[in-house]
Amino acid sequence: MSAIAPARLTLGPLLFHWPAAKRRDFYLRIADEAPVDTVYLGEVVCSKRESAFDPYLDEAVRRLQAAGKTVVHSTLALVTTPREVRRLRESAEHGLLVEANDVACLDVLAGAPHVVGPYINVINERTRDVLASQGAIRIALPVELPEASIRTIAAGAGATAIEVQAFGRQPLSVAMRCYHARSHNLSKDHCQLVCGLDADGLTATSMAGEDVLTINGTQTLSYGYGVLLDEIERLRESGVGYFRLSPHDLDMVRVATRYRELLDRQREPAAVAAELRAMLAGRPLINGFVRGHAGMTWS
Amino acid sequence: MSAGTLELVCPAGTPAALRAAVDAGADSVYCGFRDRTNARNYPGLNFDPEELAEGIAYAHGRGCKVLVAINTFPPAGDTGPWCLAVDRAADAGADAVILADIGLLDYATRTHPQLRRHLSVQASAANAPSIRYYRDHFGVKRVVLPRVLSIDEVSALVEETGIETEVFAFGSVGPMSEGRCFLSSYLCGVSPTSEGACAPANHVSYVESDGRVLSKLGPVTLNAFAPGEPAAYPTPCKGRYLTHGRASYLFEEPVALNALAILPELRAAGVTALKIEGRQRSRAYVTQVVGTFRQALDALARGHAVEPLLSTLRQEAEGGRETFGAYRKGWK
Repeated sequence: MSAIAPARLTLGPLLFHWPAAKRRDFYLRIADEAPVDTVYLGEVVCSKRESAFDPYLDEAVRRLQAAGKTVVHSTLALVTTPREVRRLRESAEHGLLVEANDVACLDVLAGAPHVVGPYINVINERTRDVLASQGAIRIALPVELPEASIRTIAAGAGATAIEVQAFGRQPLSVAMRCYHARSHNLSKDHCQLVCGLDADGLTATSMAGEDVLTINGTQTLSYGYGVLLDEIERLRESGVGYFRLSPHDLDMVRVATRYRELLDRQREPAAVAAELRAMLAGRPLINGFVRGHAGMTWS
Repeated sequence: MSAGTLELVCPAGTPAALRAAVDAGADSVYCGFRDRTNARNYPGLNFDPEELAEGIAYAHGRGCKVLVAINTFPPAGDTGPWCLAVDRAADAGADAVILADIGLLDYATRTHPQLRRHLSVQASAANAPSIRYYRDHFGVKRVVLPRVLSIDEVSALVEETGIETEVFAFGSVGPMSEGRCFLSSYLCGVSPTSEGACAPANHVSYVESDGRVLSKLGPVTLNAFAPGEPAAYPTPCKGRYLTHGRASYLFEEPVALNALAILPELRAAGVTALKIEGRQRSRAYVTQVVGTFRQALDALARGHAVEPLLSTLRQEAEGGRETFGAYRKGWK
């Protein structure tokens, strides 16, 4: 057995707009039961959702920290308005480690230690090194990267940790426009937060009847659930130290437990795949990006 | 360029298009090398180093600048071709390079400090702190603003950062935050981000089925239309999808951006330059669109109306329909 660093399991930011009470219950259970080391909190997709969880935020942070988990604040992926910039500054002063998802954060953080999120394009070692020199202690890579690129970036990362998403629908784009509102014939200004109707997003189907994409407000995600399984050992050997689970309306404690077992070599990738398939009830697993193929494919 | 005038920045997908743009009144042209280093990496387009040198000589001889787009993101372990492209642009005497990748910006800043750096739309800098980041760390002189901002937001950014801004005035509309869209690679495996091609033609197909034509990208149907019905090229964000059982252009209608009628507002917002999209379009398109915008800007400078020129542009709009995109409230 090679002497590789311990693999950390993280819970990425909740991308969907769940009711605040459901979100609170979710995080309290994660605090009590999920074998994850780090939990990212914060609204990534739309600033109109941003304050909804405020009443429960401090409680969730406290409970997660009391359970020994590191809490990181994730920012919006696309910042445009002065109000959004102000909110960014406030979160930088909140005291939590920040995950920067828009380059705006790099200016606001001004060299303070931070995590670079998967919505900032870090796809080569030059960019990795520039960001590391500016305070990035960890870089969560975009989902599009193939295994060879991830390994190249991780191999020379030095003190900067590298994180990849190991489970969940994969974020494919961010926009100003709200496609959830459009699907309900509403404008974004009068959206009635219809994105909250779909706990795992809204399926967009092709004209030939194939389920292709998932709409989540201004964000577009894959329809299939991206998973890393066989790749994990190789990625760990090349220096990837953090594996992210993206929250879904599933038993995420069970997902986390299986991934912890996988990382601890107590369970085989094939067994985890079979169990995930059963949990997903017909929604496919995908791994095209990491395999260097079309992202929506599985091989 | 006198104060209050707008610089007209025009597409040059080929040496012939470059000459056409210069002759039609471009203040600047932008172009790229014939490889993955630019975001319009399509067959039959772009420049080799010799063609670039000739193009620059032609443009400079007529008072026109040449901006070289090296605006894809170099993949891990293979950044060499991108650095070489920056070196070649500098050697050829380009007036600026248009970059997006932070690592490549860092390289250009260190290696060619005198070479002017513009920030590509692919960097998706849509707020003042992002612009400050690129300005302060990499000496970026101009930002090409993403097509997601209203005129009021553009105006506020200009005022807050004092940087030169370049905004899209005509051409295709991209509703997604650019440089961060993986839809094409999700469907067909080719990455616009690092390979410079969204929905490349060799992954596009058309199939007849039940009296309809299906346009496909990779294995996925992106639209279905009657034979003879005009339909946009099947990029993922211009496709029709079903939600709630209803088919719609979920992301963007088949429309083209045309900001000609709001040029006075863009000028008042403090914009430095107007960008015409379309390095993949024909030389005739370039001549027509650049010529019309030249007339419009000249009319504007003399205090004349630009509306009479609108009809001449209609035929060039993709799918025949036009939009002000995000510039006007309500688009979102």
